[in-house]
Amino acid sequence: MFSDLPLLSLVIWTPIIGGVLVLFFSKDDQANSARWISLAFSVLTFVLAIPLYTMFDTTTHQMQFAEMVPWISTFDVNYHLGVDGISMPLILLTAFTTVIVVIAGWEIIQYKTAQYMAAFLIMNGLMIGVFSSLDAILFYVYWEAMLIPMFLIIGVWGGPNRIYATIKFFLYTFLGSVFMLVALIYMYTQSGSFEILDFHGLRLSLNEQILIFIAFLLAFAVKVPMFPVHTWLPDAHVEAPTGGSVILAAIMLKLGTYGFVRFSLPITPDASNSLDWLMIALSLIAVVYIAFVALVQQDMKKLIAYSSISHMGFVTLGFFIVYTIIENTGTTQGVALGINGALVQMISHGFVSGALFLCVGVMYDRMHSRQISDYGGVVNTMPIFASFMVFFAMANAGLPGTSAFVGEFMVILSSFKANFWIAFAAATTLIFGAAYTLWMVKRVVFGDVVNENVKKLTDVNNREFLFLALLAVAVLGLGLWPAPLLDVMNATVDHLVIQITQSKI
Amino acid sequence: MENVYLAIVLAPLIGAIVAGFFGKTIGRAGAHWVANIGVAISFVLSLVVFKHIIIDGAAPFDGTVYTWMVTDGIRFQVGFLIDELTAVMLLVVTFVSFMVHIYTIGYMQDDDGYQRFFSYISLFTFSMLMLVMSNNFLQLFFGWEAVGLVSYLLIGFWYKKESAIYANLKAFLVNRVGDFGFLLGIAAVLMYFNTLDYAEVFQAAPAMANLTIEVLPGTQWSLMTVICILLFIGAMGKSAQMPLHVWLPDSMEGPTPISALIHAATMVTAGIFMVARMSPLYELSETALSVVLIIGALTAFLMGLLGIVQNDIKRVVAYSTLSQLGYMTVALGASAYAAGIFHLLTHAAFKALLFLAAGSVIIAMHHEQDIRKMGNMKKYMPVTWICMLIGSVALIGVPPFAGFFSKDAIISAVHHSHIWGAGFAYIMVVLGVFITAFYSFRMYFLVFHTQERMDEHTKEHLRESPKVVTVPLILLAIPSVLAGMFFVMPMLFEGLFGNAIHVAPEHNVLGEIGEHYTGVMSYIAHGVLELPFWLALAGVGSAWYLYVKRPELPEMFKNKMLWLYNLLVRKYGFDEFNDFFFAGGARGIGKSFWNIGDVKLIDGLLVNGTARTVGWLASKFRHIQTGYLYHYAFAMIIGLVGLVLLFVNQAP
Repeated sequence: MFSDLPLLSLVIWTPIIGGVLVLFFSKDDQANSARWISLAFSVLTFVLAIPLYTMFDTTTHQMQFAEMVPWISTFDVNYHLGVDGISMPLILLTAFTTVIVVIAGWEIIQYKTAQYMAAFLIMNGLMIGVFSSLDAILFYVYWEAMLIPMFLIIGVWGGPNRIYATIKFFLYTFLGSVFMLVALIYMYTQSGSFEILDFHGLRLSLNEQILIFIAFLLAFAVKVPMFPVHTWLPDAHVEAPTGGSVILAAIMLKLGTYGFVRFSLPITPDASNSLDWLMIALSLIAVVYIAFVALVQQDMKKLIAYSSISHMGFVTLGFFIVYTIIENTGTTQGVALGINGALVQMISHGFVSGALFLCVGVMYDRMHSRQISDYGGVVNTMPIFASFMVFFAMANAGLPGTSAFVGEFMVILSSFKANFWIAFAAATTLIFGAAYTLWMVKRVVFGDVVNENVKKLTDVNNREFLFLALLAVAVLGLGLWPAPLLDVMNATVDHLVIQITQSKI
Repeated sequence: MENVYLAIVLAPLIGAIVAGFFGKTIGRAGAHWVANIGVAISFVLSLVVFKHIIIDGAAPFDGTVYTWMVTDGIRFQVGFLIDELTAVMLLVVTFVSFMVHIYTIGYMQDDDGYQRFFSYISLFTFSMLMLVMSNNFLQLFFGWEAVGLVSYLLIGFWYKKESAIYANLKAFLVNRVGDFGFLLGIAAVLMYFNTLDYAEVFQAAPAMANLTIEVLPGTQWSLMTVICILLFIGAMGKSAQMPLHVWLPDSMEGPTPISALIHAATMVTAGIFMVARMSPLYELSETALSVVLIIGALTAFLMGLLGIVQNDIKRVVAYSTLSQLGYMTVALGASAYAAGIFHLLTHAAFKALLFLAAGSVIIAMHHEQDIRKMGNMKKYMPVTWICMLIGSVALIGVPPFAGFFSKDAIISAVHHSHIWGAGFAYIMVVLGVFITAFYSFRMYFLVFHTQERMDEHTKEHLRESPKVVTVPLILLAIPSVLAGMFFVMPMLFEGLFGNAIHVAPEHNVLGEIGEHYTGVMSYIAHGVLELPFWLALAGVGSAWYLYVKRPELPEMFKNKMLWLYNLLVRKYGFDEFNDFFFAGGARGIGKSFWNIGDVKLIDGLLVNGTARTVGWLASKFRHIQTGYLYHYAFAMIIGLVGLVLLFVNQAP
């Protein structure tokens, strides 16, 4: 019954319209209306996104739910939308996370509630726009537009050092994207179209490919973020309000890795092949070096931010391990395993890191501190919360049965096919990931009550229980039965493997 | 039967969920009932399975429960393999678990976390059952890590105790070091076999015996050796083999029932089970078997020595567990997998008994665990006393108690083994017998005999523990006496394990030994003529002489050999080394990466440095824009002149 509706447009524009609508309720005494309207629109968006999954044809790699309207005909720019097995799960993740963020900000945000909610709703639409754009300019517009609400969220509702953090965030990400625009325009001059799918088929020399690859790398590496352009993330997280951190960790980082898999790999396979050593090296630095850095953080949000970077290393590793596997084994067996693992890791990381930031938020709302040393023995006063925290910490440590295990497991298995030592370095996350996460848990959650402030803590309320429980179910569900997600992705990824292993020279 | 298998794992899971999530609603009694019934169902059904598979000799079951995921042409599944090995493990796990569940009702009765505790131990039972029933590496790893999780939760059960939350973090991380190797082993299996299903892997394995893998550039190592050693690293973590043993003694910070269940009888034997399960792979690599053998022998001997200097009743038993796990590992290394599993089974009974009896003593002593403050407890706790005595003689290997049969089988197996390192291992395990007897009876005499050293207040309250505590003791004492006699012939020599365990003909030491025995009596007759039996008696005698007859002597020995004493008290320095080198080292590296890499280089030099440079340049360029019209006019004139000159020169 939904088949005639322009579903993708609906999921993009419903939250944006909702966001604009909420702005009309920006007086202080209308805060409650703003909240309920935001909730309604975020839930509606999620509900509208569900048919994308249920009606998805898992047998094809073709773009589905496609919509095409000419937009700027002079330059052949179209409003062209469509999703495949890679982007569709990310859209669901985005819509789901926005619902969580709206619930999480409910009573916490008292200052300019309507604007806060509106920013998230609009960002929701824009992010979904990024994932569903099939036109490079449309993609670019969403990609850049999305920075604005995030900029405001950190800048207006952020912590004391928010100005430094926002400027760092903005300059970093903006600088990267400019190079991407250049690459996109260059490819337009070559292909005469801004269709991303046309770019996929575009024949390019190795030199062209390498330049384009580097331009994309600058844009996407900042977003992921990859070493050494990662330092904006801990700062942004620390200053961002909880909801901002959740969206940042759960969705924004994924835009970078999505870029790799939508642009870099299929458009410049030969460059990816010749520069994969760099990508693998940077990924492993993320996994190992960043894990060490995470270990010594004193600020919980910084710790989780570094943990995010470390876990995102698995995504880039899974994408770029491809060529080494083929070189080592002579077959493409194991290639799809790595890419699928990376994609699962993207979804899972959205749940787990989002949940951990929410956990920190729950404590921050009570104690107004993120310093590990201010806590200790939280389990005594917040037993239910502590159960959630330990659960998500275990997920972050990649415990089997949680979603985080699935992706890391797949990437480690496939990287073994490439090289023993790459797998070795990647698998150290088993030790380091557990070390930094559980050491934090030991210092924050366990132990006797350390001070009066902890003694006064109250356990989670119904609202907090709701969003933590929703995420826990998601983490556990995907961990115990990842098949539904994999079924959606398999056809697309198998096609991607063909694309990225065919030389374009 | 498929529904039976499913019910075996689900019953404790349901118990755990109900006790965990609805603990408040159903109350304390509700929680212990639901958990106990869940495990009881598992136990009864395990008996059914045991009868079905082993007594009736039904064909093994190998089937899928559900498909976890399909990707890249590989099916990752959750499924059960129920063969003879699984059936034995099911019985061990559910029986000990059931006993511990009953015992817990008494042991934890005053604890605030009563429901939580039941939830955890039922969850543990579920995880352990998933581990032993798995038919593939994925689920094995799931069970493997899940029991680790529950172990973590239970060691830190009393989360206010700093020592407990230190111990649980340590336990988890050390286990993760093992799992790290284990996961790489699984990755190697997937790479070469393209499946994680046991049956398919074992079937394909012989054809791969000669494959090599280049781990270090320029070296070609046997693939099977690499896979087996990587998997064994996992076993070293879980089954606490040196040098990954350091977590087990500290795990005693947890409540005693879990020391019995998890850290003695079941979880720590997961590594032993796993290697036995992988026997078709291990049989293809003598190098790996030698590694297993030597690590096991070192653990058996060196950890036993440490038991001598411990004064905490639980730690004595804990080091004894380490040492006995070493024995089981030795059996695996000698290809006597059946003997390893046999010792696992008898050990589960008598070690659970010893721990629970120790717990009973601890309850009576008001949570005092120092054996120097006990003495003559036999007067106050007759049931506990007899049970502890039974457990101890079973442990040291006095016929016809259970431990005699299994330990003797291991020692003979090593004796007959021709594998590299077997001679060394033989010496270690034989000396270990004396040590085992010595530390066991040192503890036994100090607790139950000798003069009363507890304070008056404690003495007034000393009494036998309630029925919920003593009944499990008695029920565990029965197999501690009988299990050896009952199982020795079928398990070791009559092929109870069928095809579940594969031994290459040239490694078949148990087959060689079996030729000497006609039945239980001949086994015993043979055993009492051998060295180990007399060493065990000598150990008991020495303990009696030193701690009952001449109690002043130990102090004298200690002062004479202070260096040795200090070495043992410091546990060979493993903890100090790990704390300094690994924990301290990781923090140090982390700090320097963070301060030098992120803060100084990237942020300080590159990011903020760029910002500063731009700012500095701007501040310089700003001076050009002075605001005076004649400055601009001057610049324009210079520019014009320059351009004109340029054009003039360019003109043809």
